[in-house]
Parts: sequence; structure tokens; C-alpha cells
Amino acid sequence: MTDDITTMEAPALPYADAVPGAVVGADEFGIIVNRDKLVEFALYLRNNEGFDYLSSLTAVDYLGFEGRTAEDRFEVVYHLFDTKKGGDGVVLKVRLPEDDPQLPSLIMVYPGADLQEREVYDFYGIRFNGHPRLRRIFLWEGFDGHPMRKDWKEAYYEAEHKPFKSRWPNGHYHWAEDRVPWGDNVKYPQGWDPNAFEPAPPPLPTIHDIPGEEIKTDRVIVNMGPQHPSTHGVFRMIVALDGETVVGLEPECGYLHRNHEKIGERNTWLGNIPFTDRLDYLSSMSNNFGYVLAVEQLMGEKGKPPERAEYLRVIMAELTRIANHMWSIGFLLNDLGAFFTPALYTIQEREMILDLFEEASGSRMMCNYMRFGGVRRDVDEDWLNRCRDLVHNRIPAKIDELDEYLTNNEILLARTKGVGYLSAEDAIALSVCGPMLRASGVPYDLRRSRPYSIYDRFEFDVVTDDGCDVYARYRVRMEEMRQSVRILKQALDDIPEGPVFKGKPGYVTRVAKGEAYGAVEGPKGELGFYVVSDGTDNPWRYHIRAPSYINLNALAPMCIGYKVADSVVILGAIDIVLGETDR
Amino acid sequence: MANDQHIPEELQRNVFMTTVDFLYNWSRKNSMWPMLFGLACCAIEMICTAAGRYDLARFGMEVMRPSPRQCDLMIVSGTVTKKMAPTIVRLYNQMAEPRYVLSMGACATGGGPFKEGYNVVSGIDKYIPVDVYVPGCPPTPEALLYGILKLHEKVENQSVKTVPWYRKETPKGIAVPELGPDIFQPDRAEEIAMFTLRPIPAEES
Repeated sequence: MTDDITTMEAPALPYADAVPGAVVGADEFGIIVNRDKLVEFALYLRNNEGFDYLSSLTAVDYLGFEGRTAEDRFEVVYHLFDTKKGGDGVVLKVRLPEDDPQLPSLIMVYPGADLQEREVYDFYGIRFNGHPRLRRIFLWEGFDGHPMRKDWKEAYYEAEHKPFKSRWPNGHYHWAEDRVPWGDNVKYPQGWDPNAFEPAPPPLPTIHDIPGEEIKTDRVIVNMGPQHPSTHGVFRMIVALDGETVVGLEPECGYLHRNHEKIGERNTWLGNIPFTDRLDYLSSMSNNFGYVLAVEQLMGEKGKPPERAEYLRVIMAELTRIANHMWSIGFLLNDLGAFFTPALYTIQEREMILDLFEEASGSRMMCNYMRFGGVRRDVDEDWLNRCRDLVHNRIPAKIDELDEYLTNNEILLARTKGVGYLSAEDAIALSVCGPMLRASGVPYDLRRSRPYSIYDRFEFDVVTDDGCDVYARYRVRMEEMRQSVRILKQALDDIPEGPVFKGKPGYVTRVAKGEAYGAVEGPKGELGFYVVSDGTDNPWRYHIRAPSYINLNALAPMCIGYKVADSVVILGAIDIVLGETDR
Repeated sequence: MANDQHIPEELQRNVFMTTVDFLYNWSRKNSMWPMLFGLACCAIEMICTAAGRYDLARFGMEVMRPSPRQCDLMIVSGTVTKKMAPTIVRLYNQMAEPRYVLSMGACATGGGPFKEGYNVVSGIDKYIPVDVYVPGCPPTPEALLYGILKLHEKVENQSVKTVPWYRKETPKGIAVPELGPDIFQPDRAEEIAMFTLRPIPAEES
């Protein structure tokens, strides 16, 4: 494509001589890789440079973007990190032409690419050669088109960018239903015959042989979900059973696929903040945090929040972590059969934290609190005192109480010890993050390895556990709550006076052209936002690296060989939230 | 009470007179079992409503059943996606009469903030009948409780003489939508075919 230019610039390129012909260029944000050498180059980066963790894999459609042609319409973007050294990672980009969007799959180098490649295939129709199960994951087989392409329009399509003319400035709203042929959010392609319609067959899991099983029985395929009390929402898994042993498992998502990313491209930068609340609806403050960090990178100096706002952000994020872990521990016990009693205790503590959120932001769950360059509202001294009371007295006591009742409980030990084993190597390879990764003994915490905001000022330990099982995940969550309390105590002591927002509040955010990846260590794991800006008021691309989605990579490997009742517990210990999984 | 004159005096303290409707509705409304069924964010608020602080048990509703056959009330709590809609209709069909549907939150009512999304259904009432709508994104537990009280009012005003489930003709279930290139109702297939299979203009033939 651009051979002449690259040979000229070749000496300046990073890793240029590692794999001959692999690196064909570089821009400000990443290395452009030749797709034919991608696997080789990724192998080199993993084995020789230590980039062992594929964090985010996504694609961007540059149709009509300034300076792009049909030759390089699609771009697949890989974010690689080093779990041992930490620090900034490396970004690989593969540019693909419009008429031939395919490239080799990285699943052999990074098994964690599995679900993310399927997502890209579903949304963009980019084929990953060599992927064993490349089929749609959020939408269903037979869906017409690939919705994230820029030339794919939804049924209710009005305009490329908000605010739509129909809603502004007179405020007359024309019902979307009145504008479309079917009076509903549907569209059918020309030439499709609904009378001859045959539904696609349901997906079947790959069957694994379990060594040591003596009695051979018939394999039974059991469908769990999407309406099931233990799938934490509308998740569906298709399980192949040999007797009671799981021999195959196929996750099926998309029952709550709400098109965050497509809607996010229509929204203004600011308009996306309330949508981030609804991603992981148990920890909206963390989601806000990740998104504003990503956009603030693009805003440069203008986006830097005042000191007090930084402290408030950390306080809110850590309170969120406690609330989330309380919830997840309660519901893990629920999955174990302790129906609702432990959950009632933990929900009670969460309510205390929600009260604080409600007072600060105006809403219990969907806080919509953070803004680019600060936070929405200041809190008063009374709020801080109540928060101090909670952090110093109530929450530590409750954590101890839970610990006392649960941690050494015989039933809990019997059901969780040794269940859902995931070794440290597998956890890294499968791109597992958050408490799951740390429960496999990998001390990888974004607050330490890539400190953001003001986390470098606080003293806390990265909690790890070598158990690699469900019990270790439970222990890590319990201990992380204690560390959060520790951070909160320091933050509440040090919080300075001052403004909480810089500049004038307004609907339009001036954002430079470019791209950014902002990530926070959310309660579920690394929550990343990859945003591309073309310099206008709306994002060109708004991708969410959802921890609970990517953690599902490990679900099948963890469940296989255990009893079907354990698969519920293993899923519970991943702590998925479907709003974030399906987006 | 006017009816008291028909009762012998010695029995008046032991016998209560009421209507069948009152007794029937009173017992139904005070043990209305919701389905343990959550779709999205609103489900979290629904769980909080059932938990200690808001205590749904005060209304005899703490028994949440995951099986549709044991429930009286379906709380559609969250965004209904096209992929999920066939399942919800099937669950509704599986519920025994009398059954009620409460649409919780903006998404279930009309698509909410995600209305324009390509995988989002503009309100569950496109497919199944809804008794009570609760606004909010998500509605607070208080709002949900208010919606439930409204549903109780509705139940109280029903009469065995007119309710549909004691009629001779059994109502048919709702056709489960299918997932083709987009979601569609099988009973509207002809209508859709007329649109998608329109004859191509003259130049080809």
C-alpha cells in the first residue's frame, strides 16, 4: 500500500527489525502492522518483549474519515500490555481494505482474543482467519448486515449526530414510530421472503473429553438462560453434560445488547456520560471515571481536573468498589444455595453507600456525576462526615462480620475450594482481569501498574491469592474491600478545599483530533474506553473494553470437568453484569 | 351494615358478610407472586425493593418464583432487546391466568434512552399487554412500590363475572416473534412479504 514511504522511514519505526516486513508504519498512537506478518509479530512481542496481555481488541470504520480511502477503510486495533512490568503498553493497528476485510486470528497467541474477535466480526464483518468459532455473538445468525459499519443505518435513523433537528430548537418531537414503514424499530431487506424463513439452528458447544471418567453415559445438552435465576441477568449458556459433569460449554450473549457503541457515535461527548452509567449498573461511578479519563486525554491540559475533584473521584470510585463487592459476595452465596439471607445483609450496606451517592449526585444508581475536567457537584462537610463515619465505623465492622460468618463456613469451603481452577498463565493468556486475575496470583492492578488520577498518592496493597479457585476470588473481593476502606480513610483525611470543576459547564466539549485509551481498575476489572475523535462534537468511535465480557473467555475452560451445579458458582464468581457484558 | 339484620343477633360477632369479589380479590392481591426475572438495571432496583430496607414482604410479595408457571406478576424490569423479546413472549404465554404485567422503567415502557438502538424493542407493549407502567430510569424502589399498589387497586376492582379467564372461550396465546434479518411476527409474514417481495420495476422482464 504505502511501501515507498515506509522504506524511507524504516529506521525510525519501533521494533522495525524484529520481524522483517511486519511493521509498515507508525502514527502518534500506534504501530501499523502488515496483516500477513501479524501473528509472527505478536508472537515476537509476547515472547521477547514481555507484552503478554491482550487487553483490548477492536476495530474502527474510517469510511469518509479525513485522509482515508477505501484501501484502508477498516482498522483493527490491539492494545497489548505487560503484566509483570506494568506501564504503558503497545498499540498495534492493522489496516484493511474495504473489499477484503480479513486478517489472521490471534487466538493462538492470545487465547483471550476469542470473544473480542467474535465481537468485531459481529459488528464489522471483519473475518479472522483461523478462529474456530467465528460466528455472531451479540446479534443472532441471520441478522441483516454488520451494524457498526458507518454505512449501516438503524431503522430509527435520523441524522449522523445529535442533537437531532427534530428535537431542537422548538422542542417538537416527531415520534420515531411515525417516520418508519412498519411503525416499529424494524427493517427488512428487499427480496427476503418471510414465509420461507427457517430459524438458524442453536449453537452447540465443543465437547471435551474428560480423562478419568469411567462410566460412559449419554451426553445431554442443557440450555441455561436467558431466563434463569443464577445467570445474573439474561446470560445464556449451553452446557453439554456427561452425567453431571460439564464436558462442553458455549456462552451466548446479546440478550441485553443495547447498542451503546452505535448510540455513542451519535451522541455528543458529554451525552455519553449517562450512557456509561448504564453499562455496569452496579458501579456507575467507576464507569464515569473511565470515560472521562479517556476523553480528558484528548482534551489535554484543559481537561485536567482540580485537586478536590480528583479526591472526590477516588472517593466515589472506592465506595463503588465496596458496594459492588458487597453485592457480588451476597449473590455468590445466593448461587451457593444460601438463598437471599447473606444478600440481604450485603444489600443493606450497599444502601448506605447509595444514600451518599444520591445526596452527592441526585440519583441512587445512575449517578452521572463526573464531567470532563471535574465533577458535577461539590459535597458539603456534613456529607464528608457521614462518609467518614461509614468508612471508619460501619463498613469495617460489617466486613469483619461477613468474614466471621462466611469465610470459614464449612459449606462455603466445600462448595468453593478447588472449584473453577484457573492458573496464572491461563488467566493472563485469556485476558482475564480484575479480582479474577488477582485470585490467580497475578498482582496486576491498574491502580499500581498504570496509575491514573491520584492513585499514586495512596498507600494500599494489591490483594492477591494463590488459590486460583472460587474461594480465592471470594477472598480477594473481601480483602479488596478492606483496601478500599484504607484508601478512603486517606482520601477523606487529605481532601483539600477548592473548586470541583474547571471552566464553564456547557453541552459542547472541544476535543482534539486523535484517539485515546483510558482505563480504570473498576470493581470487575480493567474497564477501558477507546475513543477516536475527528475533532467534531461527537466521537468517531466509542469502544468499551468491558471486563465482565472479556472475563467470560475463561468460563468454558474453568467449568469443564466440574459438576453442573459448580458452573453456576463459577459464573457467579466471575461477577458478570449483563449491561456491561452485552453493552 | 345493612345486611346485619338478616343475621341472628348471637351470630353477628362471629359471621362476616362480604362479596365473593371482595374476598377473591383481597386474597389475590395480598399474595401476588412476582417472577424472579430481571432484564437490566431496573432489576437491581427490583431486588433492592425486595430486600430489607423497602421490604416487599409487607405486601405479601416476597416469594419470587423463577418459574413462570408459579407466578402472577411479571415485572419487565429493563431494556427489552430483539433477541430477548421472543423469550419474554414465551414466558408470558407460560404464565397461568390471572396474570399481570408491570412495565418497570423507561426502557420497558418505550425503549428509553436506548430507543434508537438497532437491537432494542420500543416498549414491551408492542408484544404483550401491560397493566401498569412505572416511569423512571431506573424507578426508585418507592416508585416501584407505588406501581405495585396501583396494580393492587386494579385487582381490587375486578369482578369474577367479567374477568377474561372464567370465560368459555379460552384466549389464545400470543404469537412468539421470530428472529429473521430483523425481528418479525409470523402472523404478519404476508404483510411483510408484500413489501419485501414487491415486483422489480419493468426493465428486467
